[in-house]
Amino acid sequence: MNKQLFNSSKEIRQDKLGRLLVYSALTVVLVLACAMLYFIFSKGIATFTQDHINFWDFLTRSNWNTDNLQKPDLGAWALMVTSAETTLLAVLVTTPLALVIAIYIVVMSPKIGGRIVQPLTELLLGIPSVVYGFVGLTVLIPVLRRWAGGTGFGVLAAALVLALMILPTITSLAVEALNGVPQSYQTFAYSLGCTKWQVIVHVLLKISAPNLLVAVIFGVARAFGEALAVQMVIGNTVQLPLGLFTPAATLTSKLTTDMGNTIDGTLASNALWSLALLLLVMSLIFNLLAKLVLRRSQSRESISR
Amino acid sequence: MNRYRVNQIMTGVLNGVTFLVVLFIASFILYLLASGMTAVNWHFLTTSSEVGLGIRDQLFNSLYLLLLTQLISLPIALGAAMALTLYADSRSKLASFAQGLIQILSSLPSIIVGLFGFLILVLKFNLGFSIISGALALTFFNLPILTQSIAVSLQGVPDEVMQSGLALGISKWHTITKVILPEAMPGIWSGIVISAGRVFGEAATLIYTAGQSAPTLDYTNWNPFNPASPLNIFRPAETLAVHIWKVNTESLGQDAATVSRGTIVILILVVLLFNLVARYFSTTMRKKVGR
Repeated sequence: MNKQLFNSSKEIRQDKLGRLLVYSALTVVLVLACAMLYFIFSKGIATFTQDHINFWDFLTRSNWNTDNLQKPDLGAWALMVTSAETTLLAVLVTTPLALVIAIYIVVMSPKIGGRIVQPLTELLLGIPSVVYGFVGLTVLIPVLRRWAGGTGFGVLAAALVLALMILPTITSLAVEALNGVPQSYQTFAYSLGCTKWQVIVHVLLKISAPNLLVAVIFGVARAFGEALAVQMVIGNTVQLPLGLFTPAATLTSKLTTDMGNTIDGTLASNALWSLALLLLVMSLIFNLLAKLVLRRSQSRESISR
Repeated sequence: MNRYRVNQIMTGVLNGVTFLVVLFIASFILYLLASGMTAVNWHFLTTSSEVGLGIRDQLFNSLYLLLLTQLISLPIALGAAMALTLYADSRSKLASFAQGLIQILSSLPSIIVGLFGFLILVLKFNLGFSIISGALALTFFNLPILTQSIAVSLQGVPDEVMQSGLALGISKWHTITKVILPEAMPGIWSGIVISAGRVFGEAATLIYTAGQSAPTLDYTNWNPFNPASPLNIFRPAETLAVHIWKVNTESLGQDAATVSRGTIVILILVVLLFNLVARYFSTTMRKKVGR
């Protein structure tokens, strides 16, 4: 009898079990995240610790020659430059367009925007990246070839494919950012006699600028990390991209083409893992940037209130 | 030039540019569908890529991988999201650390996730290029996305619901399972469907985990340990998205284009279907909240 009184009820036992379950699920996710960061990091630095490649050389040289084991000539500079160049071009092409569409959806015509324009861009968001790569390969490349000569494969093709790919990413985040501006600000500006364009420039864009910047950063992150679509159209030659039509290779495309052909533990494989580490670090930097921008805008907001 | 003139011109520019981009997107999607429609027929869907140009096995592999991935990731994501939104204090160090880590994980390039899967599952655990490697790698890819979207829909349920449950003397767990979860269910479903769309089209995660070959399957063989059985989780499995990438990088000429166009139609139709279903769930969610 006494024993039964001191036992916890079924309800409480269930509650404890539930708490245990959800926290262990969270632990699984966190352990996974840490494992991913740890393993890629430890694999990535093996090139420098085991194979004694000079870290500085790796960052600044542009050759990728792992065949000669006595004097390997390894450098990720060309790959990094190509990654940066394609990403930058794509973002430059897409950002103005995405902003215009977002403004259209939020301000110009919310009705048509919400019914037609937004669903259409969201549909683009769902299309797998290989599909973009395929269209680049079969439609864009022949056009570029006719237009500029050469093979058509290269930096420009990759940048244009990426531009289309990140259009929905930036657009949907920009729509969110613009919607975040309180409606009353707009009404207030109109009541002061502002034209629509003045409201857009002086109220909407100004207030949501940090969030728009974050939208662009996420677009950059997506473009920088995309592998297959880029690999299909860039030509895959490790060299500094001197022109827009030079076949080149990015960090991601190099990883995609070569990882299957190397044997685990060799220099060739370790060097690829170093590329993966570079990619990881870049992705972390983009994350950090977005966070910093958001934090600064929030602290400014709380001061002005 | 006065400001009204500027306004007029800029309105014209904004409308015009939007119109052109929308026209471009619409023709892009119509082009994909129209150019591939001719390739899609019953024969295309029901023959193996080993004997003909069909995609039967790739289609099955995609669906099977999607199912396994969601089966593994859903309970974990649900638990993690519940822990983050309903259990942990959202201002605590642990919660913000966990949220930051999940955010990082969700924005990693998918090729990184694939390489991690290759390293851990294929090389370290010796699972080889197999369905199980692919499903686990896709789970790594899917978990943070799903956790975030479930957390958002759980946050959509007002705090008062939990408080009234507790005030009635009902345990937290009981309130969550009987009141909060049903309330958040449409949002959770919409999150599941959207993540399913992403998983279905994912290729970079799979090329080095589930592999790039699709051995012919025997659909009468239900023994999960037989290598020809579709249910076997230790066989390599190329999916639709990987198939498109594979045939185009191997460049089989005219056939590659035809096969890819047909496959793209199937992929887009499935994604479209997922989009519609997600939209349906989110409108039910809105109705529920607006009640």
